Amino acid sequence: MKKNKIYPMWFLLVPLALYSVFFLLPSILGIGYSFTDWNSRSMGEVNFVGLENYIEIFTSDKDYLSGIGHTLMFTVISNIVKLIPALFLAIMLNEGIRGKGLYRTLLYLPSILPYVIIGILFTSILNYNNGMLNSVLEFLHLDFLKQKWLSDLNVVWKSIFGVDAWRGVGYVMTIFIAGLSTIPRSYYEAAQIDGANFWQRLRYVTLPMISGSVMINLVFGITYGLKVFDIIYVLTNGGPGHATEVITTYSYQLYSSGQYGMSTALNTILLLITAVVGVLIVKNMSKQEVQQ
Amino acid sequence: MTKKRILAVLKHVLMILLCLAVVLPFYLVVINSFKTKGEAARMNLSLPTEWQFSNYTEVIRKGKLIQGFLNSLIYAGVSTLIGVISSAMASFVMSRRRTKVNSFLYYFVLCGLFFPVNYVTLSRVLGTFQLTNTKAGIVIVFTSAMIPFCVFTIRNFISSVPVELDEAAVLDGAGPLSLFFRVIMPMLKPVLFTCFILQFMGVWSDFLTPLYLSSKSKLFPMTMAVYQFFGKNTNYWNYIFADIVLTCIPVILVYLIGQKYIIGGLTSGAVKE
Repeated sequence: MKKNKIYPMWFLLVPLALYSVFFLLPSILGIGYSFTDWNSRSMGEVNFVGLENYIEIFTSDKDYLSGIGHTLMFTVISNIVKLIPALFLAIMLNEGIRGKGLYRTLLYLPSILPYVIIGILFTSILNYNNGMLNSVLEFLHLDFLKQKWLSDLNVVWKSIFGVDAWRGVGYVMTIFIAGLSTIPRSYYEAAQIDGANFWQRLRYVTLPMISGSVMINLVFGITYGLKVFDIIYVLTNGGPGHATEVITTYSYQLYSSGQYGMSTALNTILLLITAVVGVLIVKNMSKQEVQQ
Repeated sequence: MTKKRILAVLKHVLMILLCLAVVLPFYLVVINSFKTKGEAARMNLSLPTEWQFSNYTEVIRKGKLIQGFLNSLIYAGVSTLIGVISSAMASFVMSRRRTKVNSFLYYFVLCGLFFPVNYVTLSRVLGTFQLTNTKAGIVIVFTSAMIPFCVFTIRNFISSVPVELDEAAVLDGAGPLSLFFRVIMPMLKPVLFTCFILQFMGVWSDFLTPLYLSSKSKLFPMTMAVYQFFGKNTNYWNYIFADIVLTCIPVILVYLIGQKYIIGGLTSGAVKE
């Protein structure tokens, strides 16, 4: 059998061409344009300005730096807030509980909704005066818990993490359940005979056996976190002030105001961060493949 | 034994509370979408005093929802079809011919799983192809963006399809195209369905791409139409909620029909390890 005849390379043509031209090329061009003064008024005339955009990002008083910080913070915290509860919920459901299928279907449901919809919905629910959350708290006589969920500087990030978890926990949980369902019961029985308690079983049986699910959740979670836009744009639009601004919201603002060079510079910084994270993850994956 | 009982009850209580937290917002949306403006503004969970079914017809007319629906359908349907099938063809060759070039190309495509899209320069690239503000341009962008995920998922799956099938088909005189479409594709059905459903829902929900790339309202998908409508009618929660219901029905339907494949697909990667 001639391999090049039955597995022709032209099968690769369409996806590779599309991916290279409409996904990768813009990123590479972006690196180039990030060193220019490209803007909406330049009418095709674009000048090289060296590191000026980057200097502006790192030194100006416009708080771009805190935007970068927020992106990293969101990535770390949103994952912790989703992964840990999801793991325990998955263990609970996997241990056998009546109505498991129904619980799983319901908890997964929010993650299929568009972020825009979730954002609009929660601007209503989190409304201070007549939003559902404060009304429910009032109804339960828990008035002291009422908050200005989206406008109080001390609360707004917690609201965002809450909404993000509302959407994501079921999804993460479903992936964990898949991993858990492959662990043979006998492993736990053996651990129990050896006198292992819940935490020891978790540490020495469960976690090593579901490393695949953990990995998938981390990859999806981290890449989502670094690129987060929709939910913040719709819920707070970066506010109050610039308190919840992230890289992508700044990048969109700069684009809207015609400062294309600056916008691509911010995007290039994000590209760099994701590239570093990506290399670490892919290295880890290929190591796992070799081990098998 | 009693301790176990109490634990089981506590588990159910926790689960029911969590499910309530999920279901209540859905209920809030549906119930308020049938109220009058004044009633909906109070945002409570009681039934409407009078069911306003006209909210829906009003929203469909005002919110340009039919156009949005058709646009979303074109974007999601066409790009997913091209993206999944072409990725499957590429994954097939990459998986069967493990040359150095192919493994390089595989990791080259995989980069796309992590990188952000640079929409600013992307709009420039679209411009050089005369695709600015066109449906074709938006479809191409969506297709390109889903290729890394599809290649990643499908290539893993193809390794489990026995090579003997290929050999038998070639002995029977099959060329590469008929080998792929007649023999391999049917074997890949589950993973192709998974990719199709996940990506379809992904494109349907996407907001960033049309936000950057469509400046004409004629091109808006449903998500953009809803967002615009929300911006223009901030106080008409009855309409906004009706709009939300109509936007969500398609994805919820796709989810309920394809649930088996979503969960199966999410898990295939996880279980493989």
